[in-house]
Amino acid sequence: MKLITAIIKPFKLEDVRDALTKIGVAGLTVAEVKGFGRQKGHTEIYRGAEYTVNFLPKIKIEVVVPDERADRVVEAIATAAKTGQIGDGKIFVIEVEHALRIRTGETDSDAL
Amino acid sequence: MPKAGHDEMKQASGGLAMNLSSLRFFSASAVLLAATPAIAEPASKIDAGDTAWMIAATALVLMMTIPGLALFYAGMVRKKNVLATMAQSVAAVCIVSILWALLGYTLAFSGDAPALGNLERALLHGIGMDTVSPLAKTIPESLFMIYQMTFAIITVALVSGAVADRMRFSAFVLFSILWLFIVYVPLAHWVWGGGFLQTLGLLDFAGGTVVHINAGVAGLVAALVLGKRRGYGTENLAPYDLSMAVIGTGMLWVGWFGFNGGSALGAGSRASMAIVATHLAASAGALTWMLLEWKDRNKPSVLGIISGAIAGLGTITPASGFVLPWHGIVIGIVAGGACYWACTRLKLWLGYDDSLDVFGVHGVGGFLGVTLTGVFATAAVSIDASTPNGFPGLIDGNPRQVLIQLAGAAVTIAWSGIGTLVILKLVGAVTALRVTPEAEQIGLDVTLHGESIHS
Repeated sequence: MKLITAIIKPFKLEDVRDALTKIGVAGLTVAEVKGFGRQKGHTEIYRGAEYTVNFLPKIKIEVVVPDERADRVVEAIATAAKTGQIGDGKIFVIEVEHALRIRTGETDSDAL
Repeated sequence: MPKAGHDEMKQASGGLAMNLSSLRFFSASAVLLAATPAIAEPASKIDAGDTAWMIAATALVLMMTIPGLALFYAGMVRKKNVLATMAQSVAAVCIVSILWALLGYTLAFSGDAPALGNLERALLHGIGMDTVSPLAKTIPESLFMIYQMTFAIITVALVSGAVADRMRFSAFVLFSILWLFIVYVPLAHWVWGGGFLQTLGLLDFAGGTVVHINAGVAGLVAALVLGKRRGYGTENLAPYDLSMAVIGTGMLWVGWFGFNGGSALGAGSRASMAIVATHLAASAGALTWMLLEWKDRNKPSVLGIISGAIAGLGTITPASGFVLPWHGIVIGIVAGGACYWACTRLKLWLGYDDSLDVFGVHGVGGFLGVTLTGVFATAAVSIDASTPNGFPGLIDGNPRQVLIQLAGAAVTIAWSGIGTLVILKLVGAVTALRVTPEAEQIGLDVTLHGESIHS
C-alpha cells in the first residue's frame, strides 16, 4: 500500500476529488495547511502598514491505495491540480505498512 | 443650543422631596398649577413628534457603541484580542451610564455657570414626568439626559481604540471613571451646557470638540503614555476579521443619523438637513480615501473605504445642523484626504502607535470639522425662534467665526491632552496600565478575560 500526499492549490480541490472518484478512489482526507515553496508570498497593506504574508494557504490531500493503483492516482492528481503556474504544489508517495478499518476490524487492502 | 432660564415647571417642582413617586409629583404639580394662575401657563410643551424622534435617536447612538464600535474596533485587532477589545466598549456603556445618571448629567447640563454645572440634578433628583431641560424644551428631561448619556458613552469607548492590544482592563475601568468626570463632563458643559465656550459663540452641533477632538487627543496621549504594541513595525499585526469592521461601520454610519440628526433635539428640517449633510460627508470621505489609496497602492482596500467613511462622519459632526448639504460633500472630501494622510504618513513620521487610529481619524477629523464649521456655517440652516438670525460663518459674511472655532478647538486640545495625561499618571500610580509582555504575546482575551475565540 502507498500513502499519497498531495499539496495543491485550494481552488483545485474539487477537480482533484472528481478525478479521483472517476478512477475509483473510495476515500481521502483533506486538511487546510499553510506553507511556502518557490511561490512567493504577497504583501497586505492596512492603513499604510505593510505586512508580507510568507505562508500561503494550500490544501493537503492524503489518500492510501494498493500498490498497483498508486501510479494512476498520482497521475490523476497531477493532471487535475495542474495550472502550469508557479505554486501548483507537490505529490509525495510513501510506503504504508499496515491499515485497519476500525468498525469491522478488516486490515490492509480490505480496509482501504 | 438655545439657552433660557428655568421654566415654570422646574420652579414648581423645586420644593418637592426627592422620594415622591412620579404620580404624586404629577398631582402635586397639577394642584400647584391650578392654585397659582401666575404660573398656570406651562413654559414648555412636551412634543410627541420631537419625543418620538429623540427616543429613536437615543437608541441609534447607543447602537453606535454596542455593537457598532465594538465590532468596528474588534475587527481591526488580532484574533487573540478581539474579546478584550469588545469588553472595553461594553464596559464603557455600563460604567458611563451609571455615573452619568449619578453625577455626570447634572455637572454637565444643570445651570449655566461658565465652568461647571451644579448639583441640582444629582442622582437625577427632580426629573419627573413633566420636567424638561431649558436646553431641550420640547422633550422630557429624562430623554435629554439619556440622549446626552449616549454621547458620553461613545466618547469614552472611542478612546479605547488607541490603546487596544495592550491596556489592562482594570486600568481602563479606572481611567474611564476619572476621564468621564475630569475631561468629558466639563467639556460638555462648556460647549453645550451654557459654559464659557458656548457663551463665546463656539458652534459645535454634535460634538466635533466634545466627542471627536476630545477622544482623538486623549487617544494620542494614551498611546504615547502606554507605548507601542509589541512587534509594532516588525511583526504582522494584520486585522483578524475586517468583515466585522465593515458591519460595525454600517452601524456607526446609520447610528450617526441619530447622533447628528438627534442633535437638533427635535424632529424637523434642521434634523433632516443635518442627516443629509452627514450622509453625503460619509460617502465623500469614503470615496476620497478609496481613490487616494487606489492611486498610491494600486488597490482600493476595504479598510480604506470604511476608514474614509468614519473620517467623513466624524468631521461633519460639528458642522451638521449649520451647513448645507453640498458643504457636507466638501467637508467629506477634505476629511477623507486629511485623515488618510494622518493615518498613513503623519503617524509613521511621528512614530506613535495609536493602534486603531483614534487620533488620525477622530482627532484630525474633529479639528478640521470644528474649523470648517466656522467656514461653511450658513445662517439660514440654524434660524429658529431662539436664534432668529441663525449662525453665519465665513462664507456667510462672518469671518470671525473661524477664530472662535479655532479657540474652541485649542481649549479642547489642551484640556483633553493635559487631563488625559494627569489621569493616566494617577491610574498608573495605583495599578499597571499595561499588560505584561508575556500576556501581550499570549493575547488579552485569555490573559485578561479567561476566554478565547474558537474558530
